[in-house]
Parts: sequence; structure tokens; C-alpha cells
Amino acid sequence: MADDYKPPALPAPFTNTRPAPELLTQGAEAHLYKTVSLDPSIPAALKIRPFKPYRHPILDRRLTRQRIIQEARCLAKLVREGVSVPGVLALDWEGQGGDEGGWGGAWLMMEWIDGPVVRVVLEKWEAWMKKNASSLDSAQLQHEEARVKDLLRRIGKTLGALHKAGVVHGDLTTSNLMLRTPPQVSDCGPTGVSMEGEIVLIDFGLASQSMQDEDRAVDLYVLERAIGSTHPRSEPLMEEMVHGYRESHRGATSTLKRLEDVRMRGRKRSMIG
Amino acid sequence: MIAIGMEGSANKIGVGIMLHPKDGSPPKVLANIRHTYVSPPGEGFLPKDTARHHRAWVVKLVRSALKEARVSVEDVDCICFTKGPGMGAPLQSVAVAARMMSLLWAKALVGVNHCVGHIEMGRLITGATNPVVLYVSGGNTQVIAYSSQRYRIFGETLDIAVGNCLDRFARTLHISNDPAPGYNIEQLAKQGKQLVDLPYVVKGMDCSFSGILAAIDALAAKWGLDGEERAREDVAETTSEEAQGEGSGRKPSRADLCFSLQETVYSMLVEITERAMAHVGSKQVLIVGGVGSNERLQEMMSIMARDRGGSVYATDERFCIDNGIMIAQAGMLAYQTGFRTPLKESTCTQRFRTDEVFVEWRDD
Repeated sequence: MADDYKPPALPAPFTNTRPAPELLTQGAEAHLYKTVSLDPSIPAALKIRPFKPYRHPILDRRLTRQRIIQEARCLAKLVREGVSVPGVLALDWEGQGGDEGGWGGAWLMMEWIDGPVVRVVLEKWEAWMKKNASSLDSAQLQHEEARVKDLLRRIGKTLGALHKAGVVHGDLTTSNLMLRTPPQVSDCGPTGVSMEGEIVLIDFGLASQSMQDEDRAVDLYVLERAIGSTHPRSEPLMEEMVHGYRESHRGATSTLKRLEDVRMRGRKRSMIG
Repeated sequence: MIAIGMEGSANKIGVGIMLHPKDGSPPKVLANIRHTYVSPPGEGFLPKDTARHHRAWVVKLVRSALKEARVSVEDVDCICFTKGPGMGAPLQSVAVAARMMSLLWAKALVGVNHCVGHIEMGRLITGATNPVVLYVSGGNTQVIAYSSQRYRIFGETLDIAVGNCLDRFARTLHISNDPAPGYNIEQLAKQGKQLVDLPYVVKGMDCSFSGILAAIDALAAKWGLDGEERAREDVAETTSEEAQGEGSGRKPSRADLCFSLQETVYSMLVEITERAMAHVGSKQVLIVGGVGSNERLQEMMSIMARDRGGSVYATDERFCIDNGIMIAQAGMLAYQTGFRTPLKESTCTQRFRTDEVFVEWRDD
């Protein structure tokens, strides 16, 4: 069934792009393509939010329009504030690129980031560890753990910078964190998985501008749970992310205090209603 | 092996009898009966009344289930009961009945997590092997996926359950609770055309419904659509509506509100499910729980799944809505791995998270 799946047609002007944009992933809300911007040598990421046929058309347009504008605004702001996110190159929130100027889905073109997402990095690492952990001596095990801890600490730091800039991501998962490949990799450990490189935050489709502890804490909580459910082996190391976050900016302490409340609420709320 | 399942976490009491043939052929449902406590329009079901209902019906249901299944007590291997989550008083009354049966007939007890019961029954009936599960009912709203012997919760409601939101709006409109408030909202929504603006609250893979309920209650009050009086006009209204046309500025009808509420909350559910599918890379969706029997939700979900090259697995009301057989099924799976609930621990609890259960019977 998956084989005869066809993604929706590209909106103009990408129908004429040579080479044609290459579909990378189908996310929940958007399709991500790799294309070029201005010059064939400049790669760019193209995010298209196609029409969602399951949704009522009025609701769909309202949400798509809101989200793509919001996303572009947040990205633009974060680039100004020096947080590592892809820069915005162009967008169409009206989605006029369909047939005869009809609804073709809104799109956003962004700077291309070279590197894997953190989910893949952790999955590879966990898979390797599951199979081969027994072959490592304790020094190596410690080293491996230290590398993951360092990665998580850097994630915490980056999130601190994000929140300091007045933006909350709204959908933090390890799929939305990238590791920009550094020019040279020095340490892959025995697992062969590099954890070096700058953390880049992507997919701001649910982001909003907020300085409130509640929103920030929920942001962290969402990531914490996402890591718990996708990377069980890395979960015990979560504290490192919190450390990295704590050191990142002055408001962090009160946010982390709120995070404890949010965690409690998460556990209790399960069966209310 | 034969298991009796006893369910009573909300306003339904269900008794189911499940046979797992020794030769390994597919499990068989021998009996699956249920009785629902229906409260009057405008009211919800209160724990004490619901518990009283369950106590009054439990013996009768067990008797007729055994009769329908044509099994004698000697053939039964274990008594499975809902340990939680759910409403305290109804859970207790069923747990007491299960305990009594276990002592009376000297059978092992197996305490079952209600949500896991839904998932296992859904998997058995639909044949979905490793789906992303959307569990939606009056008390629960969760997006669940299996990973290393736990059903992990990827997203859930931050406040009330989606079914609770629908039920309470049905109360606002004084829509009948028979057979279920959600069912009657669904029927009324079929006549709705105009989409009113409601909050749309998705946070990552979580969602929230209490604000939507407040907003639509306020709209109903503003347009004078709530209360008993207007409920009588539901039939008359549909005919006059045609004449009014479809202008977006006109006064919404009761049907429009139901329509808008359904469109909004189901869009949210489909969205978080899609998000979880994208995250774990699964192409199967299984919808379980009472709200899962809503046809509009199933339709929206199947459009989403089709666009992702996947498919939806849904069951009908017999297995979607709370029932005893799902408790028997999940209990039997646990029983076969050697799990027992000693009498001392055969308590029930209102709070029992899906991910607390160690899923020993799966090893993928």
C-alpha cells in the first residue's frame, strides 16, 4: 500500500524548478523537500503544508495560515537573536500556487542544514549499545555515557537560548533537533556514532512567542516525555539536559521549578475527567 | 483456557467470556454482554448511582453470560476484572463481585488495566499487529504506541477527556443520554453545515478540551440554544434551516454547534495521531474507546491514514465501548504468562496509567 503512495502535487513556482525538489520526509503536517534557492549550488529546505482533506476546509485554511506565518515570525526572530535555527528564505502563506491560482498549500523555504536529527543519532547509539554494551569495559561505558550526557547538556543549553529569546517551540521531540555536521569529526567512540556538532532547532510549526514559565516548562516536559518514550536507554540521563538548561540563562531556575509542577500534573492528570 | 472478564469502570457493566483454545487457534468470544446505566438528559452519571446499578446487575449478567457461552463454572480458568482506571465506586462494586466469584469457585484473579484491555481487544479483533493506538472515551484521551514491553503514552489530554467534552456539551443542550450522548451529538451534527470558530488546542502531541467546552457552552448560551426547551425543537429546526440558506454570518443552529464541535475536536485527535505516526514511523492506526465508534472520527482518520499510505483499524460498538470481553482478553494474555492477582492485592484504583503495565506477553 505504501508503494503506490503519491505525495500531493507541488505548488507553483516549484513545478518548474530544475532539478525537481526531492521529497525527504512526510511529517505529520508538512512535506519536507530539498531544493535549491536562487542558484543550483545553494541547497534549501522547502516545507510545504498541503491541504489536509480530513479537516473542514475553513478550519484547515485558518490553521495552515496561522501556523506558517507564526513559524516564519519565530524563525526570523530567533535568527536575529542568534539562536541556531534555519533562516527563512521565502514563504507563501496564502497558498496560491495550486492549479489556476487555487489552494496549493502554504510553503516556507529555509536555509539547508547538513546533518542528522538527534533521534537517529540516539537510536543508532541505543541499538549499538543494546547489542554490544557487554563487550565494553567500564571506562568505555563511562565514556559512552559521558558523550550522551554531553549531547543532552548541549540540547538543554540550546533550549535555554531559545527560551531566553522569548520563543517556545511547542513540539520538542528528538526529531526536531538536528546536529549540524562539523567540518571534522574527532570522536565517534566504539559505537561509530558521532555526537559532535552544533544543535540546530527545526520545525517551528507549533511555536509561539512567550516568556511564561508555564509555557517554557511544558516545552521541556514535552521533550522529556518524547525522549522517555523513544529513547528508553537515554532517559535516565535526562538530568543532564536540565543541567544544561539551568546554566543557560537567568530565568531558567523558575522555569525548572515550574517543570516539577508540570511533571506532577502529568502523572496525576492521567485519569481525570 | 477460559476467562471471565468483568468491567465496570464507568456507566457500563460488562461481562465477557473468552476462550483461548489449547491448540493455539485464534481466541473465541463465547459471550459478551453489557448493561448501561443511562442518566436523564441534562445530567451525568453519578458514582454512587452507577455503583448501585452495577451491583443490581452483576449477578444477572454473569449468569446469562455463562448460559450464553454454554460453559460451566468448572471450565473457567480465571476471573479477570478491571483494576482501574475509572470511577471509584463502580470499580469497587465490580471488584467485590469478582473477588466473591474467585472465592466461591476457587479461581485465580487477574486485575486488568482498562486501557490495556481496549488495546488488546482492538488488536485481536482488527488484526493490527503494531499500530499507533488512539484511545478515546469519556474518561481517557491518549495516543499510545508500543515500545519495549510497555504501551507508551505519546500524547494525551491535558485536562478533560474528549468524550467528557462531548458528554457535557450534550448536557448543555439537553440531548438524550440514550444510548449515549456522543451518539446523539453525532446524529445531530449530520444536519449541521456552518462551522463556528472554536479554539483549537494542540500542544505537541497533547491536546486540551476544557477551553473548547467553555467556548461552545458560551456560544450556546449566547444564541439561546441551551436548555430543555430548545431540545424539543431539534426536529422542527432542521426543516426551517433549509430555508435560511448557508450564509456564514447567520445564527448557528444546535446542529451547527454539534457539527463544529465534532469537526474541531476530531481534527485535533487526527492531528496528534498523525504526529505520533510520523514520529514512530508507523502506518497503522487503531482507534479504541467509546468515542472510537463515531463514524465521522473514523472517516477523518481513514482519510489521514490513506494520505500517509497506511490504514485504519476500528471496531464497532460491541468492542469499542467498554465491555467485559476486552478485560477477559487482556487478562487471559497476562494469565498465560503466569500473572496472578492475589486476593490481598485485588483492589482497584482510579488512577492507573497505561504505561505502568509491564506487557510481558509481547516481545517484539
